[in-house]
Amino acid sequence: MDLYEYQGKELFRRFGIPVSEGRLATTPPEARAAAEEIGGPVVVKAQVLTGGRGKAGGVKLADDPGDAEQKAEGILGLDINGHVVRKLWIESASEIAKEYYLSITFDRGAKRVLFMLTTEGGVEIEEVAATKPEALARLHVDPLEGFQPYQARRLIYGAGIADPEEQKQIAKIVEQLYRCFVETDAMLCEINPLIVTPEGEVRALDSKFTVDDNALYKHPDVEEMRDPEAYPPEERAAREKGVTYVKLDGEVGILGNGAGLVMSTLDVIALVGGRPANFCDLGGGGDAQGVVDALEVITADSQVRSILFNIFAGITRCDVVAQGILEALSQIKIEQPIVVRFDGTNAEEGRQILADAAPPNLHVEPTMLDAARRAVELAA
Amino acid sequence: MAVIVDGDTRLVVQGLTGREGRFHGLRNRDYGTSVVAGVTPGKGGQDADGVPIFDTVAEAVEETGANTTMVFVPARFAADAIYEAVDAGIGTVICIAEGLAAHEMLRIYNYIRPRGITMLGPNCPGALSPGKANVGIIPAEIFREGAVGVVSRSGTLTYQIGHELTQRGLGNSTIVGIGGDPVVGSSFIDILERFEADDETELIVLVGEIGGDEEEKAAAYIAEHVTKPVIAYIAGFTAPPGKTMGHAGAIISGSSGTAQAKKEALEARGVQVGTTPTEVADLAASTAGART
Repeated sequence: MDLYEYQGKELFRRFGIPVSEGRLATTPPEARAAAEEIGGPVVVKAQVLTGGRGKAGGVKLADDPGDAEQKAEGILGLDINGHVVRKLWIESASEIAKEYYLSITFDRGAKRVLFMLTTEGGVEIEEVAATKPEALARLHVDPLEGFQPYQARRLIYGAGIADPEEQKQIAKIVEQLYRCFVETDAMLCEINPLIVTPEGEVRALDSKFTVDDNALYKHPDVEEMRDPEAYPPEERAAREKGVTYVKLDGEVGILGNGAGLVMSTLDVIALVGGRPANFCDLGGGGDAQGVVDALEVITADSQVRSILFNIFAGITRCDVVAQGILEALSQIKIEQPIVVRFDGTNAEEGRQILADAAPPNLHVEPTMLDAARRAVELAA
Repeated sequence: MAVIVDGDTRLVVQGLTGREGRFHGLRNRDYGTSVVAGVTPGKGGQDADGVPIFDTVAEAVEETGANTTMVFVPARFAADAIYEAVDAGIGTVICIAEGLAAHEMLRIYNYIRPRGITMLGPNCPGALSPGKANVGIIPAEIFREGAVGVVSRSGTLTYQIGHELTQRGLGNSTIVGIGGDPVVGSSFIDILERFEADDETELIVLVGEIGGDEEEKAAAYIAEHVTKPVIAYIAGFTAPPGKTMGHAGAIISGSSGTAQAKKEALEARGVQVGTTPTEVADLAASTAGART
């Protein structure tokens, strides 16, 4: 789960990482009130779960509360890479002498935690890694060893940070960031830029924060930060029903069991000339109600022109899936043609159930490839 | 010989008294696997259809000589169960449980590797050596004995490919599901090494998907160390970046972990990559045919 800047900063603050004072606003008058409370010049920052907001005009400096209200007016409702701005973070403006970069990530390849620190902050880290790799200090941490102060020293010396006051503050931030990362089960905590003010104070000016979905049960306070409105309505409905669903932008609705098989089904649809409308995994169990819920989510997408069921049953039983399809057809109005491919456990029984009921507009195909071709034809 | 599980496997099932654990544990026994014990704290002394239940893995090992565990407990108890098994002397851990926190698995990985423990999963379907042993949830009836070793990050996709291999008359030495999480106990390389050393395996099918760089590493390893032919399949060409596609590990981060990059890395090292499960089976069949 990705967090907004202001949420990541709230977690930074809890772990003792210095951040600027700020307030959340969802309307221009709220932005004005926030600026009044904070006092002095403020920055009005769009809160969106995507990058590139600066270039899109989503971050503006405001001299006074009236100006903040006006800037808020202009930013709210902006579309930034498909994300509409509904929230603003109004933050005390900072004077910036230097911009550094500090991050901690879950390095799945190395099976270690990875720290990165550079004095070349304020730009994309991939760019620094590509153009000035020598400026980027990297350090892996063994998760069983945990944080040790020498790690912060190696990063700081490695990045060429020489000022003793900066060194002291950053060493502390590195340690706090490690604790924050581990104790919130984060996959990524990025501070870009980590600024140094003209007075020599080091502070996190931005945050990029991703938390492991599988660990959210341990962190109800973080789970509460989820903003359902940040996701497409179909994905929101899917989450409520416990359906594993990702919206795509094609015409063939896809439903299968098992993540790998469903991904493969999307690819096969593309190979035979169609465009998948979604990823939807019934999972291992796949009971009848699960099928009804999934069909409800898939057909809520008005772009869907045909639906493909690709089931290779192991634990799942094809007869149960067939019952689910019939139940869904009796409960919800489905206008799109449905193509079904069954293999594995009780495939014959499943096909028989569908043949006996013989609902209109339902087609059974013998193989994955045949079914994909048929579904694409029917969507045309 | 086969790999991971065979006639020498003595299995303890952690969570054998649960609904799913019992169903699959007993199914594994019916297939011919030696299921020697179950462990459920507080239920020691009972039995599950004749399989004795112990309170601790240590007792189960002492009493029955169990050498392999299948972890079928809910995700939030799985880390504890894995440490318990390893500390009791179990050498092979097969974790079916799905939903372990990534940080927990990262610590487990760094704990087990120096100890020489073999682990599959989490979030995996297990391993099946047809005719010898089945540990996990792979539907054994789809597969036959034979010479194709399959290693995969996905369950049902493996069944699809296995089914198509069977239709072409090809059987399997072992089918290994390594799991769909970002960090799993065994990599493709770990299993490729075993298939290369296994007398019964003549051909290897590698089934990868988006996310991480294990397929790229496998490509380099294959070029250096694998003499047997390898056919690959990668799922997720149409997956958008930044979205988790069902498996926690199946996510394209920025520009890394794409199916295209994996395909190119494999092909650059001379590994044939099928575009559909059907084509993978066709490639395997023609390669096997050319060798006999």
